Formats: sequence, C-alpha cells, structure tokens
Amino acid sequence: MSILEMNNVTKQFGGLMALDDVSFQIDEGEIRGLIGPNGAGKSTMFKNIAGFYKPTSGSIVYRGVNLEGKQPHTIAEMGIVRTFQETTLFQELSVFENALVGAHIKSRSNVFSAVLGLDRLKQQAASEKVMDVLEFMGLTERKDQLASELPLGSQRALALAIALVSEPRMMLMDEPFAGMNAEETNHMMGLTRKVRESGITIVLVEHDMKAVMGLCNYLTVLNFGKLLAEGTPDEIRNNDRVIEAYLGGV
Amino acid sequence: MNSKGGFTIQRMLFGAVLLAILLVTPHLLSFHHKDLLIFLTINVLAVCSYRLVTLTGEWSLIHAVMMGVGAYTVALSVNHFELAIWFTLPLAGVAAGLVAALLCFPLLRMTQFYFLIGSFAAGEAIRLTWVEFVGVFGGTSGLRGVEAPIVWGIDFLDPIPYYYFSLCVVTICLIILYRIEHSRVGLTLHAIHWKAPLAESVGVDAWRYRALAFILGSFFAGIAGGLKVQYLGSVTPNQFTIGFMVFILIWVIVGGYNKFYGPIIGVVVLTIFDESIRSFEIMRPAIYGGMLILSILFLPLGLESIPAKLKFWFGSGTSPDEPPLSDQ
Repeated sequence: MSILEMNNVTKQFGGLMALDDVSFQIDEGEIRGLIGPNGAGKSTMFKNIAGFYKPTSGSIVYRGVNLEGKQPHTIAEMGIVRTFQETTLFQELSVFENALVGAHIKSRSNVFSAVLGLDRLKQQAASEKVMDVLEFMGLTERKDQLASELPLGSQRALALAIALVSEPRMMLMDEPFAGMNAEETNHMMGLTRKVRESGITIVLVEHDMKAVMGLCNYLTVLNFGKLLAEGTPDEIRNNDRVIEAYLGGV
Repeated sequence: MNSKGGFTIQRMLFGAVLLAILLVTPHLLSFHHKDLLIFLTINVLAVCSYRLVTLTGEWSLIHAVMMGVGAYTVALSVNHFELAIWFTLPLAGVAAGLVAALLCFPLLRMTQFYFLIGSFAAGEAIRLTWVEFVGVFGGTSGLRGVEAPIVWGIDFLDPIPYYYFSLCVVTICLIILYRIEHSRVGLTLHAIHWKAPLAESVGVDAWRYRALAFILGSFFAGIAGGLKVQYLGSVTPNQFTIGFMVFILIWVIVGGYNKFYGPIIGVVVLTIFDESIRSFEIMRPAIYGGMLILSILFLPLGLESIPAKLKFWFGSGTSPDEPPLSDQ
C-alpha cells in the first residue's frame, strides 16, 4: 500500500526546472533510495515533501491527504519528519535537550502549565521517551554533553534521535552518510535498519552507493529533475541509462 | 540533574544576604537615591522581559514603547475609572500584550534587521499617536495626576512602601519569567533561535512561538511601565523614546544576554556606575560611553562572564568565549 504518492510534481526556480513532472510512489514500510547525480533534484524533492518548498504544479499525497499548502510543522504533525544535510543540530543544547525538542508534538507545554508545573506527568513521560530513544541510538552516556562536542557519527545518530522522538511514520533522510568513514557508515546503516524495523518508512537521499545498495529494497533515480529509472538495486546497477547518467560511475 | 545539590546551603545563604540587602538598602539612601532605587527595580523587569523576546533570536526596538502602552493604560484607567493599583497593573500588562498580539501579524513576517527596523517604525507610530491625539493622551505634556493612592493604609506616595511593593511585583514577574525560560516552552524558544528549520521539521510552529515570546515579553514590559507611572504620577511620550530603548539594549548586552541574570547585573552595575560618576558633570556621558566600549571589547559575553573569565585566567576553567563544557 502506498504511503506517499508524487503526482506530476514540478518545481521551477525562474528558468530552472529543478523537478520536471516527476511521479512515483513509496510503499509503507520500505527503505526507498532516492539517488541521482548532483543537481538532479533530490533535495528539492525532499523540501517539497516536507513543506519547505511548494511545488509549482502537481500534487504530493500522503496517506490519502494532499499536502498542498501545508506548513512544515503541520506536515511533521501528520507524521513526516525530515533530517537535514550536514549536521543540523541545536549545537548549543545538550544531547538530552536536543532530543527533547523532538518530543514537541507529543508533549508540548503551554505557558500556564509550564509556570505552575501542571504537566509534570506528561513531561516525565517525554523524558522517558527521550531516554529510550537515546538508548536505542547508543547515546545514553553522552546525554549531558553539548551536541557540538559529539564526534560526527554521534551527531548523525542524534539527528536521527531527534526525528525518532517525534514518533514519525515516515522519515526523510538527507545524506546521512556524507563524510563518514567505513566504520561510521556501517554503524549508521545498522541504526537505519533498526529504525525501519520499528515500523517507520524511510526515504533516503544518499551519494554513498554502498550504503544505498545495502539498505534500500527499491531505488528511484532522478537526473536533471526528471525521473530516470526505478527498480531494485540490481536492476538499477545494470540499467544503461543510469550508468550513462553517472558516466559509468556506479 | 547535575551536581548542583551540594550547593544548597551556599545558595540559601546567598539568597538570605541578597534579601537582607534588598530590604535594608532603601533605609540607607537619600530621597533622590530612593527614587533611583525604585526606577532600578522597575528597569530590572524591563530588561528581563526584553530578554524573553530575544530568546528566539529576534531583537526588537519596540520594548520601551510597550512599557509606554502599559503606562498610558494605567494613566487612563486611573483618570477615568479611578481603578486601584491591584487592577491597573494587570490591565497594563494585558493592554501591552494585546497591542503586541496585533503587531505580530505585520512584524513577525519579518526577521533579523527587517524585524528590528519594523518594530522601531511600529513603536514610533504608537508613540506619535500619544503625541498627536491630544484629547485622549494629552499630547507632549502627557497625562498627570495618576499617583498610586493610599491603599489599605499603605501610603504609596512614600518611596519606601512603594519600593517594597514594586520589589514584590518585580520578584513575582521574574519568577514567572524564569520558570518560562526553564520549561519546555523556553527550550522550544531556544531551539527556534539556534535552528528554526530543524525545530519546524519536528512539528514546532516557529511563528507561534515567536509571537508568544513577543506577547509575553510585552505583557511584562506593560507591567513595568505601569509600575513606573503609578510612582511618577505622570506619563509623557518622551519617557519611552528610542533613547530609553537604547538603554535597555545596553543594559542587556553589557550584562550578558546568555544567562537569565545577565541583564539584571547589567542594569544594576550600569545604574550604580552612572550615579557614581555624577560629580564629573559634563564628562559623564564620555566616561559612560568609554566604559561601554571597553566592556563590549573585553567582555563580549557581558559582565555575567567575569567569573568564568577569572577561572580561566587563574587555572582550571575553559575559555568563556568558547561554549562551556558540560559537567562530565
């Protein structure tokens, strides 16, 4: 059953066609790889899904609901959470506080209960949830450290933790493996599989082909804003048009 | 959460000493200095409420005018309805909060410098309304005769009772402001400051939280303005010019805006400093300005960072210009 449908999505920046009439579907529970050479429109696609951009035309339908005109925070509340390229964290907050921001949807506080301490039970539940996720991500010992002090691998794990605390149904991961060494990549692949096993659909934009081929059961290839090919990792690896687009680089 | 528990006795002692100083000080001062002490108390609320607005990373230039909204609300409600101070102060806060809520719609479409300039323009528009609508707001000479009356046998015209009264009001407001900042609401405001898109991606409505900080900050600014007018007995548009706004900015920046108590240190130290160089007459602004430049050059994180700096120079601590390491 498809959880997300892209119907003829087009995104134009002035004269540049960042996305040109792209349609595909993502099934519930899969890890979908979204790949393509630089400038193919992968990140633009993510930003359109997460509500940071509005498509010029076409529609994006999530679980039967058209996302047109919805703000990023509304889309997050509906269950789609994105992670960012590079290490986008609240660098000046502790690991625990970073993850706690992720609990916003489930346990946000209002000023009155914050001042009077009326929602202690809810906040306790949020703390427990955060600790569970930090444990899951192997960050328990680092919970009081500032995010900026973490090594790269842990920073990426924390970015995942923030997203996971919000209990999404679908996660858009933007280049989570960039800049990682082999060991870190393996660790992150393990974490990503664990996330998927917990029932979350994952869409992965990534240049690290080893990670993509190892993780994804189905790939969507974009090139110059157009849909180039779709298929299993093996089919994509042997697809002539894909090989040509990457100049034999797969 | 961390090892602060061991300092409880020290903290209680500190609190007791502070309380004693706050209670005894007015009795040791001249009449002029008693006035100053009351304005200082009120200004503490002004800077702390301003800091709440800046938590999301947006600095406004309308805070002084929001104090004015509170002050005019009090003046009008006393002149026309003879309301007691228990009612006028909350009313001042609500009025300033309401004006802020309306201004959110145009102002919070902007961020950064545009927000700064936009808030300045909106503030001037409000201030000029007080100047131009002479019938309602009394024009440049403002409104008079709004001293706090004698309530329950307490003569609020006498500076000492009024000082104790404002001390209570300001303390309650500071406790509320502190609790807001250290709650989940405060965490969300910080999160928006550091990475708004990341906060939005996990469901935070950044616009609503910016609005909340602006409205709450203005609410407490309104109360500060109300306290001021009930003591002064009159209100004019000139009390809330950009000049006064710049003082609020200076107090917050020189004190240090990263910590809750930074702006309080700023306003207390600079007020005492300004008063202590009174005898230098015409040199006074130059000395004051020179000290500002020095403090910003050598203490970019504010007076609040002095203990950490000393620790760094004399041994173990980390550089205060870097983010501090955690307890572990």
